[in-house]
Amino acid sequence: MHKIHRLTVLLALLLSLPLAAAASDEPSPDFKSGVFDPPRMAPDFALDGSNGAALTLSAHRGKVVALAFGFTYCPRVCPVTLAKLAQVSTKLGPLASELQVLFVTVDPERDTPARLLEFLSFFNPAFLGGTGEKAKLEALRQAYGVSATRVVSDNAKLGYEMHHSASIYLIDREGKLRLLVPFGKSVDDILHDVQLLLKK
Amino acid sequence: MKSVRRAGLAVLAASLGLVGLAALVPVRFDSREELFEIPNGTWARRRAGDNVEILPSQIRLVLGARDVLMLRNLDAVPQIFGPTLLMPGQSFRLPFEVASEYQFACSAHVSGQMTVVVEDALTSPWSRLRWRTDGILGSISKL
Repeated sequence: MHKIHRLTVLLALLLSLPLAAAASDEPSPDFKSGVFDPPRMAPDFALDGSNGAALTLSAHRGKVVALAFGFTYCPRVCPVTLAKLAQVSTKLGPLASELQVLFVTVDPERDTPARLLEFLSFFNPAFLGGTGEKAKLEALRQAYGVSATRVVSDNAKLGYEMHHSASIYLIDREGKLRLLVPFGKSVDDILHDVQLLLKK
Repeated sequence: MKSVRRAGLAVLAASLGLVGLAALVPVRFDSREELFEIPNGTWARRRAGDNVEILPSQIRLVLGARDVLMLRNLDAVPQIFGPTLLMPGQSFRLPFEVASEYQFACSAHVSGQMTVVVEDALTSPWSRLRWRTDGILGSISKL
């Protein structure tokens, strides 16, 4: 009887081995965006927030942060990026509060906190914007590898535009810079990656 | 005269054979990743005036076969590489799932832009022939 019991235990152990191996050898998630390996801590910042308070990245530790650089007078790129992020937020449903969208201006001359608030509210009132001194913003862009160049606009009313990197940075709950979402990624792809980061 | 004609016919037959092979033989890649690395010492070389070009301004990828752009910084300093900033020892893996032409801001290039052309899977003879021809022309233009 004892022999049968031991055999059963041995068999159960043998059967469980492949499962254990599979669990320990969990493949890394299949992200749709660009993945940094190893991820580094996302550079922190302290800017003038659109809500009237200081805007820091570290204050949002524990949430997934979608960080975008742009300007409120942007005629083509920024509205698309923010509209997509607004859709991602909506599709997240109850998890929407776990994603914080931050929009840092590359045009501090025109983008005051009030202007940012008005602009971002159009997409989602929970989105936060940040502005600050030109040199401070330049240093921040450098830390993320973001380019921004002032060019004369075709639209005389605008006067000038900023040509800038249009990617979105996804930062995980621990504050690590994990993904770069190139401009043009679909809402579903961004949602997919945000959901993967939220699971962590 | 006859021998000249024979030689001409032989060249024509060989050319047609090559075109046929280029169109019919499947294109194979050893990996789905198109890898570009910044070697150690690149920053120092650039600082010394050496115009080191690592990333071409146009990269061609193929869905299902070679559809992942992999960038790696092996240098000792942070580098703008393609669309992003990479720390020493860091890599960046960007998969593509839709055939299209992608433009990235890239301050490492004089034009300030980098283009990634992602083509549909090379399933037809014509697509294989075009891929190979473009590859040869690209190599010749670099000479």
